[in-house]
Amino acid sequence: MTVQDTASRRSTDPASVIGRRLTIERIASVLVLSLLLIAPMLVKTFIVFQFTMIIIYGIAIMSLHLLTGWSGQFSLGHSAFFAVGAYATGILMEHGNLPYPAALPLAGAVCFIFGFLFGFPALRLSGIYLALATFSLAIAMPQFLKLGTFEAFTGGVQGLVITKPDAPFGLKLNQDIWLYYVTLAVALLLYGLSLNLLHSRTGRAWMAIRDNQIAASAMGVNLTMYKTLAFGVSAGMTGIGGGLAAIVVGFVAPDAYSITLSNNLFIGMVIGGVGWLPGSLAGAAFLVLIPNLSEQISKGLAGAVFGVFIILVIFLFPGGARQAAQLTASWIRRLSGRH
Amino acid sequence: MELFINQILAGIATGAIYACMALAIVMIYQSIDTLNFAQGEMAMFSTFIAWQLMQWGMPYWGAFIAAVAISFIGGIAIERILFRPLQGTSVLVQIAGFIALFSIINASAGLIWDFSIKPFPSPFGSAPFLGSQLISNHEAGMIVVTALVLAFLYAFFRFTRLGLALRAAATMPESARLVGINVGWMIALGWGLAAAIGAIAGIMIAPVVFLEPNMMGSVLLYGFVAAVLGGMASPAGAVAGGFIVGVLENLAGTYIPKIGNELKLPIALALIITVLVFRPGGLFGRVQAQRV
Repeated sequence: MTVQDTASRRSTDPASVIGRRLTIERIASVLVLSLLLIAPMLVKTFIVFQFTMIIIYGIAIMSLHLLTGWSGQFSLGHSAFFAVGAYATGILMEHGNLPYPAALPLAGAVCFIFGFLFGFPALRLSGIYLALATFSLAIAMPQFLKLGTFEAFTGGVQGLVITKPDAPFGLKLNQDIWLYYVTLAVALLLYGLSLNLLHSRTGRAWMAIRDNQIAASAMGVNLTMYKTLAFGVSAGMTGIGGGLAAIVVGFVAPDAYSITLSNNLFIGMVIGGVGWLPGSLAGAAFLVLIPNLSEQISKGLAGAVFGVFIILVIFLFPGGARQAAQLTASWIRRLSGRH
Repeated sequence: MELFINQILAGIATGAIYACMALAIVMIYQSIDTLNFAQGEMAMFSTFIAWQLMQWGMPYWGAFIAAVAISFIGGIAIERILFRPLQGTSVLVQIAGFIALFSIINASAGLIWDFSIKPFPSPFGSAPFLGSQLISNHEAGMIVVTALVLAFLYAFFRFTRLGLALRAAATMPESARLVGINVGWMIALGWGLAAAIGAIAGIMIAPVVFLEPNMMGSVLLYGFVAAVLGGMASPAGAVAGGFIVGVLENLAGTYIPKIGNELKLPIALALIITVLVFRPGGLFGRVQAQRV
């Protein structure tokens, strides 16, 4: 069963089924959301930092869902957009003395333009050729960032230190906790925007392109426009994620944005269930928590254990967290006798 | 002019490495229709096996043949255990599987043989080839080996029944099944062949880049680029692509002022993507017509 099947099936379901499914979905969303809201009160600062990173990766993975799951294009180059967002934010804050609420949207806009422009050559490529083009972008980015010519701005190999902002209005909140809430708010905003976008003309155009490009263009969907737009939107979102990461970590350096980051985001997408936006959070949690767990299981073999975990997940749930969530939902429904 | 010719020669020498790798990549692409991101790590592991056998006192060619044979079996085993169950899932899931395999092999090699850099012997020696300072005997030998492998593959795919069956299983699995070809085993065999070629590539490359778990990082990337540039469906194209990439990379490093050397790799990649934009099927491949 492919993602496409389930995505289209949802829209053809009878209304009653939707209504019933929505209740379980709603309860789950409210539970997750309230958990996210109170989490910082319950745990230590380091864990709050990890939660923040989960949400940031969640934003980047969500943007991959839009690009891959909805418009059917493929990217191994999102670490590059993440890097551009992080550096743009860092440079605007440190060299431009902008406050972060202004720097973040600007960084997003820079990434949107960058992604939009990158979308043009990508238009001619598909499948492995697109994979290669995006892969190249990810490989090239750290080398550009290290380049001596821009060292005055980027800090070259050394990177750039960013001052962590304090909580405003005299709020007595720890920096990390404040940044956690900022990140969460940005993520929820982006999530809402994405949902609206997907249920609009644009989202339908993307789906049509994904399912059959030729048919879509025969129906009058402007392929150039919508495919490059998908790259732009996805890059812009990832860029905002990158900017948040830069602020939260307080430091940007070229080697943090290697191809490994791209690979990880990709894995996060697959583990969440391609095209399912709430899965981003599950995928991101996997990326942050599983390497730690692997490290505890075996220091020397941490990479191998991480790989084994990935294989376990894709063997058991090829549809990722989405499949697991559907199974759980139907199980709950059966238990509650509302079958 | 002399500088130019020298750079081209040096490019051909490094190109031979990429050609070797590209050949292995195209092989597996022919049988499974996706890029194998773990290909480089598989080759690295095979090279370590050859090294280990030599440490235990095996002669070079004995270790060479044993490592290639073990890799062949290992490739089949990986397909049977790991990728057979993933058949029928989406390409994205399979790519996640490749990334996982990459990480498993890399970490295991690091644990077994640690991350220190080890020299690897060459059967051809490292003396300058015919007195030229740019190509060593080893690099000349590597080009010959690549040519031999290519000739063998050509003959295998062109003149044997098994080769024909492999090609049929890759291009049209359904029809191949109907005429009685065991498609599942053909895919496994493709994996085995690719792993074996990867082992040859690794053993040939190791004396140049030295042996360590991350030795294949950039080689694999160049191999991909070469394979895609040559057209994924054509082994000869992949070899030609390898040499082109090697030469381009060297020329970009020499002739583009200031940033040329620092950005050798991005420049080569940008050139190749430009080529692909104009010839989406690669230089020697055919653009696949799509049935609507």
